[in-house]
Amino acid sequence: MIYLPHTHEDIFSMLQVLGVDKLDDLFSTVPEDCRFNGDLNLPEAMNEWELNDHMSTLSHTMAVSPEYKVFLGAGSYEHFIPASVSYLLGRSEFVTSYTPYQPEMSQGTLQAIYEYQTLAARLLGMEVATASHYDGATALAEALLMAVRITKRKKVGISSLIHPLYRRVVQTYFEPAGYEVVELPYLNTGVTDATGLDEMDDLAAVAIQSPNFFGCIENLKALGQKTHDTNALFVVSFTEALAYGLLKNPGSHGADIVGGEGQSLGIPRSFGGPALGILASGKKHMRSLPGRLVGKTKDLDGKTGFVLTLATREQHIRREKATSNICTNNSLCALAAAMYMASVGGTGIRKLAQLNHDKAEYLKKELKKAGFTITFDSPTFNEFVVEFPTGFEANHKHLLEKKIIAGLCLAPYYPELSNHYLLCVTETRSKDDMDALVREVKS
Amino acid sequence: MKEISEINLPDDVRYAEDHEWARLEKDKIRVGLDDYAQDQLGDIVFVELPQVGDTFKQGEEFATVESVKAVCECYLPVSGKIIAVNTALEESPELVNNSPYGDGWFVEVNPGDLSEMETLMTHDACLEKLKGAE
Amino acid sequence: MKESLGTTGLLQNEPLLWEKGKKGRCGFSLPRRDVEPCSLDEELMGEGPDFPDLSELDVVRHYTRLAQWNFGVDTGMYPLGSCTMKYSPKTNEKQASLPGFTGAHPLLPSGLSQGALKIMFELEQYLNEITGMHATTLQPAAGAHGELTGMLMICAYHKKQGEQRSKIIVPDTAHGTNPASVSLCGFRPVPVTSNEQGILSVQAVSEIMDQDTAGIMVTNPNTLGLFEENIQKIAQIVHDKGGLVYCDGANMNAVMGVVKMGDIGIDVMQLNLHKTFSTPHGGGGPGSGPVSVAKHLESFLPVPRVVKENSAYILAKDYPDSIGKISAFHGAFGVIIKAYSYIRRMGPENLKKASQLAVLNANYIKEMLKGTLHLPYDRPCMHECVFSDKHQASQKISTLDMAKRLMDYGFHPPTVYFPLVVPGAIMVEPTETESKETIDQFIEAFKAIANEAVENPDLLHDAPKSCKVKRLDEVTAARKPCLAG
Repeated sequence: MIYLPHTHEDIFSMLQVLGVDKLDDLFSTVPEDCRFNGDLNLPEAMNEWELNDHMSTLSHTMAVSPEYKVFLGAGSYEHFIPASVSYLLGRSEFVTSYTPYQPEMSQGTLQAIYEYQTLAARLLGMEVATASHYDGATALAEALLMAVRITKRKKVGISSLIHPLYRRVVQTYFEPAGYEVVELPYLNTGVTDATGLDEMDDLAAVAIQSPNFFGCIENLKALGQKTHDTNALFVVSFTEALAYGLLKNPGSHGADIVGGEGQSLGIPRSFGGPALGILASGKKHMRSLPGRLVGKTKDLDGKTGFVLTLATREQHIRREKATSNICTNNSLCALAAAMYMASVGGTGIRKLAQLNHDKAEYLKKELKKAGFTITFDSPTFNEFVVEFPTGFEANHKHLLEKKIIAGLCLAPYYPELSNHYLLCVTETRSKDDMDALVREVKS
Repeated sequence: MKEISEINLPDDVRYAEDHEWARLEKDKIRVGLDDYAQDQLGDIVFVELPQVGDTFKQGEEFATVESVKAVCECYLPVSGKIIAVNTALEESPELVNNSPYGDGWFVEVNPGDLSEMETLMTHDACLEKLKGAE
Repeated sequence: MKESLGTTGLLQNEPLLWEKGKKGRCGFSLPRRDVEPCSLDEELMGEGPDFPDLSELDVVRHYTRLAQWNFGVDTGMYPLGSCTMKYSPKTNEKQASLPGFTGAHPLLPSGLSQGALKIMFELEQYLNEITGMHATTLQPAAGAHGELTGMLMICAYHKKQGEQRSKIIVPDTAHGTNPASVSLCGFRPVPVTSNEQGILSVQAVSEIMDQDTAGIMVTNPNTLGLFEENIQKIAQIVHDKGGLVYCDGANMNAVMGVVKMGDIGIDVMQLNLHKTFSTPHGGGGPGSGPVSVAKHLESFLPVPRVVKENSAYILAKDYPDSIGKISAFHGAFGVIIKAYSYIRRMGPENLKKASQLAVLNANYIKEMLKGTLHLPYDRPCMHECVFSDKHQASQKISTLDMAKRLMDYGFHPPTVYFPLVVPGAIMVEPTETESKETIDQFIEAFKAIANEAVENPDLLHDAPKSCKVKRLDEVTAARKPCLAG
């Protein structure tokens, strides 16, 4: 087997050193009644060529571009990834190294993650970003737990326009500790209704997603103000990181903690994972942050270098009193995001974000012209909700056969919006794709 | 790390089991971390102190001290209310290493029961304990 | 001694990203604009982030140079204990980058994502078989995430029984994520000490197990590299008082095809795909931490679950006792593909072989180095062995000094200062993918270093010399953190 280098001679000479006859003898400390003496019931080993065929067949069953025109967003976005990024991510020194606990031989990872932390913080207008978390949902859950730790209050308010699956994760995280989650309703303009906040003075945090699940841009300035009036921390979440290439960032609106998803930044969708949880806060709350942090320092010769720092927050030192149990970050995904942000650049990201915005606006306009109602009045980024006539499910299925995925039906998540669909347009959809979609839904 | 004989244990303070020291200064008690503890911990990077006005019982956790790779909880050697906190430690935690009985002090306490000082170890008792643990 | 593996080479210095570039440069091919520009309300428009503008070559040189400062498994032996730094087969990368997988949206209708669902379903079956458990979830994105998931299920199980237990027993050899996961769930960790043989004793557990204890969290084999021989009796004690047994499966690489955890009393365990199942470590992630459970915990698994209906795969959500969701979507699918590919390539016999050879390599190192380094537990080990720096204390050489010097010899140091029960611990896990020649070089290097400790200790105190940087000032980094540029 090509990954197992031992020859018979190797094994024999090593067993001799150990004074035993066969490999089985090495398990003498495993009591007989703990031993499994059969064979594992698994399929026979494939060679590399059989595996290629097998996986290729499976991959062809999947509905992806360019064969399919997929107008789905909802927390997972199709964006172009430059060849240079994919190429650089293949460097085995990045791929096959471990957490940089021995900094002298991991300066590559450490500087790269320090750069990621900086760019992520700049994108969001915050002072400190961590080395990353598993995904946007867990980043949000950790942000809220952080707020609970800081304020010592046990209740949080979250907008019902935060991604439904993110809200589900928050609930799962909060359940055992007995913390309370209160949901804020939404207005018919497609943004959060925060009037209820006036009555709530016992919240650790208020969490708002912008652009929200409907693609609408929330009034973070007003919401931030209202939140701070109740002495709660203002937590902002997001699923489409590219939006901040164009929109005012959460930091400029007074966000105390930001927890969202960075998949749009150079990470393929990959059926939902691995993803990139981005978590950021002000320096003031730095020691309450969960997750790894890379810091800049100097070595014995005075040269600049990087190390993991503030490790006393973490599980390997603080154990049960740690700010979280997190050990892994999503390092390679953070690296991909840094490479992407470096490639797109400050000038490029604005152009790209503007293009995303404009493409979605075009589709909106064409659908309106074709007689459909755009459900919500508020400005949106690259996603929006459209109302299709009753019985549209049949059309939707029909469109699948034409290799068009016309958005996400909102019924399972918002039963009051049963004929409404969430459509997403990024820079990857052409005018022709959109014209074809409009033609098909009209007929 | 220092040898036992090199550890500085002044006479004008009393010592708790966990290496906090307490010094009676007129009607208040000043508290800090002793030389043995700071030496064992190594370079101190952060000290988390309570707020003025907080109250603690004798033996209750009131502060934490961090080095790069370790965290140490500190327990108040006498009960009372915190009346002053050494804010200099925020910028310069190394004061705990360099001057554990002087500028590296942690808090000043308005004591609830002065007799609690008698329950703490003298210089001699503390030295005995350190030698015994060797 | 032959020529050392470690040497010096030409490395380039490379500044930070924002110290390079010129305004107007771009490393991204902008897509064609085929729609009219649309203005957005001034109030909503930001100034855009302060990113540098770099050309493609700027970016490529930057990351190529940074990569060269790094050491990976592909560079040399990386014997980190309990991390299982085995070789990551390149065919796994190829499969994970197939466009049908990378381009897939997680909320595609199941009819249009059968390939992915089949891979998930089958991997769950394989992991059930390897662990001897009944059902598996692939949703947790890392080992610690899996631990949390397992703890959440234990919590839900007791709640369903109408009980609210407050404690979980955690051995002193446990990985830090264990007590941290316990706390996240609102439980209080209760420590139990291992005996002189380095394993848990039946008596110690029975003394603290009570009706208020929700369960015990064991690692088997444990972090000393020893098999928990008393596990069945311990599981019995815990079960008798209504508790559950969680096993941290981080060390599964020692026992594939040799022990089935489900058969020895384990109720729930997590696996680390980036350890046992060869997916690459990525410099600290992404990983994947599937959780496998016994039948009585199946109903608590996170949703959705992949189910086979007739001959098609669907995602089923209707599990009223489920703990809910712990990731937004289905887990780290891109990592899952690699583990699936690994298992298909290895097959049942080679998986067992891998465990046997991992144990062979570790015992060989233990035997060959036990004269040089102090061995606190001189017994057969499993896939890893633990030494300490006791022998070198008289030369005032610490584990840290030896670890740093090992870098100059071309090896990544083993895990140091863990587990906490051995002061100055050196935890070596070679894995089965290291050849005898490489291991012999490693042994030679450590022996040479032990000699240097006597003859020329400054070589160790000043190490490493051959890396991009010398030892770093971690004290200032913690006192005055500089976390962004």
